[in-house]
Amino acid sequence: MNLEPVIGLEVHVELKTESKMFSPSPAHFGAEPNTNTNVIDWGHPGVLPVVNKQAIEYGMKAALALNCKIATHTKFDRKNYFYPDNPKAYQISQFDQPIGYDGWIEIEVNGEKKKIRIERVHLEEDAGKNMHGEDGSSYVDLNRQGTPLIEIVSEADMRSPEEAYAYLETLKQLIQFTEVSDVKMQEGSMRCDANISLRPFGQEEFGTKAELKNLNSFTYVRKGLDFEISRQEKVLNAGGALDQETRRYDESTGGTILMRTKEGSSDYRYFPEPDIPNLVISDEWIDSVRASLPEMPKERQARYVKEFNLPEYDAVVLTATVEMSNFFQGTVDNGADPKQASNWLMGEVSAYLNSEQVELLDTALTPESLAEMINLIADGTISSKIAKKVFKELVTNGSTDVKALVEEKGWVQLSDPSKLLPIITDTLDKNEQSIEDYKNGKDRALGFLVGQVMKQTRGQANPGMVNKLLKQELDKR
Amino acid sequence: MAINEETVKQVAKLAKLEIEEEDIHTFTKEMDSIIEMVEQLEGLDTEGIEGTYHGLNQHNVWREDKASNGTDREDLFKNVKTRKDGYIEVPAMFDNGGSEA
Repeated sequence: MNLEPVIGLEVHVELKTESKMFSPSPAHFGAEPNTNTNVIDWGHPGVLPVVNKQAIEYGMKAALALNCKIATHTKFDRKNYFYPDNPKAYQISQFDQPIGYDGWIEIEVNGEKKKIRIERVHLEEDAGKNMHGEDGSSYVDLNRQGTPLIEIVSEADMRSPEEAYAYLETLKQLIQFTEVSDVKMQEGSMRCDANISLRPFGQEEFGTKAELKNLNSFTYVRKGLDFEISRQEKVLNAGGALDQETRRYDESTGGTILMRTKEGSSDYRYFPEPDIPNLVISDEWIDSVRASLPEMPKERQARYVKEFNLPEYDAVVLTATVEMSNFFQGTVDNGADPKQASNWLMGEVSAYLNSEQVELLDTALTPESLAEMINLIADGTISSKIAKKVFKELVTNGSTDVKALVEEKGWVQLSDPSKLLPIITDTLDKNEQSIEDYKNGKDRALGFLVGQVMKQTRGQANPGMVNKLLKQELDKR
Repeated sequence: MAINEETVKQVAKLAKLEIEEEDIHTFTKEMDSIIEMVEQLEGLDTEGIEGTYHGLNQHNVWREDKASNGTDREDLFKNVKTRKDGYIEVPAMFDNGGSEA
């Protein structure tokens, strides 16, 4: 039987607020265990959770970036479950009135564009973190508990693991541009669960789905879905039936392992959160959040092509992350030629980030210093060869005055004929044979002489100027 | 009967309550009578009346995003039975499935 995969994704994104969703304890990453948590997070008797207004606004911002409608009336609900990562024994979430709904994003796979619909974006709080020991115990850190999250639920619109991968990449990019989250899978500020089922091609109704968890990278999402497709295919093609279940991706084998058969939603016994009054979101508020959205990747790409004459390819690469895009814009704003700025960012800068495994903002390079360096190349102050040394210095140590730096380091290109001529005369005097060879039409001789002058000046001579002066002097002999 | 013995067992399981076999019958009867009482509401004519989602007539109660220090760990840990290196020690959990955040 020919079966079609049907995939939907649930993505959790942590919001970059100072404090928690419902309490003022710090929402920062990396503190001593169980120190960024308070009695409200622990659900002690008599405490009152109060909504973080910034988190609501960030949630709206993300939802708008995903083309969602914003609910004018919305509320929070309790989702009840017992697990050591949440001492309240319920998570405050949104059940039937999510803040955002009916959105979509556009993905591209093998040059083909496709709209993936987004069912809902809702606000909730994160759970704590469990570390599993080998000694029969697990260890709980509640610092993360209560951190604001949005959950983004797609419609089951994806038909292949590649589409799921492209959806995640696009989603990450869009959220990143809104700057409401770091969206880093490796740090857990973006997490993904996948629902997948198979059905015969042409059939409307969905098959029995499995939910995949522990998908800690985009690649694992793709691999887990690949595995699940062949597992379900085998069962169905052998005439078997699937159970609705939750399965865990196993990084070491690339397979999925049964965790449990899925609870129904009613097992969570949702009910409206009595501690938190409803929210009414005005059109004015929605409009002001919409107006605060930055220029998104697609718009930036179009502008780069139109305004800066960049190739489409450059525009796409430069807008892959908001840091790169803002850095590019900053470099151009500081007077650099856009194409040169693009070449440096896509070339040397990207190569450096890859080889050192660092982020652009963690380096000492600034848009100002990169622009100044590009302009020093353009006006002939430094050669493009020396520029690589300058770049190394700027990216590791930084500089607020690149011109002073190259002067101090003796990297200024020697272009002044009055300084170059004595060296050229001296070189010619020492290489009678080359002069003869040159006169006999051996072009290689000129190259040799240029090389000698470059050597004498420790690479600082302007090669074009040396060439010109050498020819002129050779003709005089 | 809106409630049967299976429902009682399921609700007890979800609430992590241990109930004796001999009590199930009593609980079933009691829970059923509660549901029956609440079900009287269904007889009311609610045509044209907006739904109520909250008991309070307030809305938009929120705070600005300002962080303050967490509660002292030693105070919080007064309710923690077992601990290790600043972590709460609990019996091993094999999946991360209960974490539904």
